[in-house]
Amino acid sequence: MVNLKINGREVSVDADPATPLLWAIRDEIGLTGTKFGCGIGMCGACTVHVGGQATRSCITMLGDVEGTEITTIEGLDADDNHPVQEAWRNLRVPQCGYCQSGQIMQAAALLTDIPDPSDDDIDAVMTGNLCRCMTYPRIRSAVREAASANRGQTQNG
Amino acid sequence: MFKQICLGILAVGAIGAAGFGVYAYKPAISPVTAADHASFPPEQVEQGRVLVGAGYCATCHTAKGGEPYAGNYAMETGFGTIYATNLTPDMETGIGAYSKDAFRRAMHEGVARDGSHLFPAFPYDHFTKMSDDDIDAIYAFIMSEVKPVRTTQKENELPFPLNVRFLQAGWKMLFVDFGEYETDPDKSAEWNRGAYLAEGVTHCGACHTPRNALGAEDADQKFAGAEIDRWQAPALTAANASAVPWNAAEFREYLVKGSTKYHGIAAGPMGPVVHAGVRELPDSDLTAISIYLADQVGADDSDPADSQIVQASLERNAPDRRYRQAEGERLYTTACAACHYNSQQINAGRPDLGINSSVNQNDPSNLIQVILYGVNSHQGTEGVVMPGFRDALSDDQITSIAAYLRADRAEQAPWEGLRGSVTELRARGPGTH
Repeated sequence: MVNLKINGREVSVDADPATPLLWAIRDEIGLTGTKFGCGIGMCGACTVHVGGQATRSCITMLGDVEGTEITTIEGLDADDNHPVQEAWRNLRVPQCGYCQSGQIMQAAALLTDIPDPSDDDIDAVMTGNLCRCMTYPRIRSAVREAASANRGQTQNG
Repeated sequence: MFKQICLGILAVGAIGAAGFGVYAYKPAISPVTAADHASFPPEQVEQGRVLVGAGYCATCHTAKGGEPYAGNYAMETGFGTIYATNLTPDMETGIGAYSKDAFRRAMHEGVARDGSHLFPAFPYDHFTKMSDDDIDAIYAFIMSEVKPVRTTQKENELPFPLNVRFLQAGWKMLFVDFGEYETDPDKSAEWNRGAYLAEGVTHCGACHTPRNALGAEDADQKFAGAEIDRWQAPALTAANASAVPWNAAEFREYLVKGSTKYHGIAAGPMGPVVHAGVRELPDSDLTAISIYLADQVGADDSDPADSQIVQASLERNAPDRRYRQAEGERLYTTACAACHYNSQQINAGRPDLGINSSVNQNDPSNLIQVILYGVNSHQGTEGVVMPGFRDALSDDQITSIAAYLRADRAEQAPWEGLRGSVTELRARGPGTH
């Protein structure tokens, strides 16, 4: 039995500790916004936050996240209005959409650490999140827009 | 004396003009009626169908979106626009009134049934080389297989005096070598067959030979390549720019398929030549044309697969070896940099690996252990994890990442026996820590 908090909710998962976190999130907890891509931590589709850090859930073992706080795309913002999500919608970033929850989670983590990223910063951090539809230019624009929105909120607040 | 000279010049001029008139005058040939188009033997009609394809007649005698062979195709000649005539057997607007002899004369001499001279946009300078037998076959095909279409012929847009048909006789006198193809006894039968076809019905030179100021093919630059409709018809000589010479096998494949392994494709104006098309010709004829053209190029029969040029190009096309050498950096970018990033300053929980002790110390074990088995929530920063890559990355891949970090990020001397350490630590398993 592994205990953790997901999107603010305490859960206990009764599964082998060697189960990939992604399987627990999707199959045991029932949150399917997080996607399976490559299964080897190389594409970023399965990205969630563990302790606020973008983490590839497909190769993270359930047993290793005992007691952590996990955020998935469903819990990023109560109203799905995280600045990154708003920017994603404004710029119509997704095409097929499969990688996009991972992209959004990665971008949100990026902006926590680097509030005003340069294009080089964005490229360096987002390069590990692959998009077969090649939406990269829009992803980069949306990260910039979300960064601007964040700064605006700070100034206004 | 002066008067005599003047009279003499006038007399010579008059005789010349009279002579030209005799040369230029062509009588009308009596029209025939539909009833005169006797039925043709099916073999002859089939021969005509193939030859009409080989001459790709429909290409220039069909207007865009128009009925096949019904003419009015606009040909930009550089002197003005000429509209192709109606080749269907319509009695009034097509060539239905042409007798077999009238059709032969049109093909051999460029003269219409009514005796008027045809413009050389119609390549009679090539068709003059064709045998009566072949021309009769085309006649049989058109008269029996092509649907008669009544049309309104568009007026050519040519300036004076180019629009004077009578004067076309002068152009013919200057530039056309009339007469059927003559066999070259020094060449093989196949070569001669190819020359007969290429110089005649397929009229390759019409596009591939440059034209002089008066629009005639320049015999001294035969097959030297020319512009056609803003495409380049490449040289069919040794001057052809292809890296691999066009040999007979390549020509043959091109004429059959419209593309070859070692050369370009039949596109632009060449598209219909193949596809509409020369490839209707029997195998033996395509081989013959290919042999003839390869001789113009001067290419031998060697297989391009063995050529240095092809081998060298393949080598240049191979993935850059340096790309492989950067494997560690590439893997780091996808597997590690999504977490191990920093910009102007180092963030908590984002270890910068260039200054990390596990990368700088003389033993790589700690780095390898963490890459293999990760960091769980009770290690390191509480509540933060790093996945282990033991099931994701091979020993070689982990080795290349570690080597990259050591050399390029920490700028330290390489670890001895790095790969062996990876293998050994994987074999030991995660342990109990």
